[in-house]
Amino acid sequence: MTVIPAIPALPRKYHGASVWALYAVGFIPAVFGFYLGATGQLPGDAIKEFEHLLGLWALRYLVATLSITPLRDLFGINWLRYRRALGLLAFWYVVMHFATYMILDKYLDFPTIVADIARRPFITIGMAGFIMLIPLALTSNNWSIRRLGSRWNRLHKLAYVIAAAGAVHFAMSVKVVGPQQLIYIGMVMVLLLWRPLRPRFNQWRRAQIGRPSFERAR
Amino acid sequence: AAALKANPSPFSPDEALTPEKDVTNYNNFYEFGTDKGDPAANSGSFKPTPWSIKVDGMVASPREFGIEELMAFPLEERIYRMRCVEAWSMVIPWIGFPLAKLLDKVEPLGSAKYVAFETVLRPDQMPGQAGFFQPLQWPYVEGLRLDEARHPLTILALGLYGKTLQNQNGAPVRLVVPWKYGFKGIKSIVKITLTDKQPPTTWNISAPTEYGFYANVNPAVDHPRWSQATENRIGEGGFFGGSRRKTLPFNGYGEEVASLYAGMDLKANF
Repeated sequence: MTVIPAIPALPRKYHGASVWALYAVGFIPAVFGFYLGATGQLPGDAIKEFEHLLGLWALRYLVATLSITPLRDLFGINWLRYRRALGLLAFWYVVMHFATYMILDKYLDFPTIVADIARRPFITIGMAGFIMLIPLALTSNNWSIRRLGSRWNRLHKLAYVIAAAGAVHFAMSVKVVGPQQLIYIGMVMVLLLWRPLRPRFNQWRRAQIGRPSFERAR
Repeated sequence: AAALKANPSPFSPDEALTPEKDVTNYNNFYEFGTDKGDPAANSGSFKPTPWSIKVDGMVASPREFGIEELMAFPLEERIYRMRCVEAWSMVIPWIGFPLAKLLDKVEPLGSAKYVAFETVLRPDQMPGQAGFFQPLQWPYVEGLRLDEARHPLTILALGLYGKTLQNQNGAPVRLVVPWKYGFKGIKSIVKITLTDKQPPTTWNISAPTEYGFYANVNPAVDHPRWSQATENRIGEGGFFGGSRRKTLPFNGYGEEVASLYAGMDLKANF
């Protein structure tokens, strides 16, 4: 019988603290980027550089959020406790990305902003992703999970659409789609394709080793 | 980069220069990579000497110009605004000479209507031209109408900030056409061809709906994905320098060049 070696688990008493540590570390790129930009240390077009930094980190956190389930399925790593923090980090980075665009880039010129959102497909797609993130962020708490029950799960499947929108928005925003954009599109595609494959994989593995080894490792 | 002497010229706006570190570290030169810092980081092994430009096509006396001959033209310092199609801008003290002076030496034929330019192809020295991912078709090609090429504002630049060009800025010789978007300023030129047909241009081949042949700076014609009405002046103190300004038609050179396009629909010929 194959036994997948379990990675050393974090003692339960540190779980709460590790989630807060993730929030603290997660905001470092934004804080550091803002410091560099505000003090004139970001090269060239500082506002655009900062805007892009925030967008890229938002996409990274979306990818990380969607990676939690396959990590558990494939490697028995249970990081479910970090998923809410990663999702909310993605949300706050999108908020900051949009705020930077609105305030620093467009000087709150609302006619231009509205025209951008309506007329430029990559901005429309990005905005749609942002709007879909709002209900997910608002329901990322225990009370909403209890309250919504199975509807919570259905609602949070929007994360798949949001991640796809984020990757497409990124690819459409650049002058030439390069390796970096293709990597993010590829990662999101793999993470989304995993979802329909998942039940069959888990069934197959249960048949192989009885139960997934990580369940016993707890 | 070696020191390069030049005479001052009347073409110098009363505007603050963009700091040299921004001019030499924030570049679009996809032959060295697509990020703005790539050209400065990846152009170390590029050899700008020896160098020559071949001038051929519809000319009475086709010939090659060695870099020493180019350096021997009377050089002027031209302080020009540079407006990138990505909606940022700089003010750069170029050193160079009018392209018309070079064209005079080869005697264009009456049939010549356009000037085609070509960048060097050196995958071994230009990492963006090598490998699996190629962002554009190489060699980079550009073109001007003959009257645009002969306009006194159009220069071949050999230096900036009192020194010869650094590799990331298009060493050893590049085109500068200040009323057009920056991508028209083809870098590291090896070939200039006079022709009677509108020559292909790299960005137009890559995305014809986004980049036209003329590419005159025009706040009234948006890029499909962003507005061209305003621009962000580089190097004016981070986020809060108030550096966003209105973009001017022909990048502020309308008085000198608008007559070149009299009667043309500049929305159709973007």
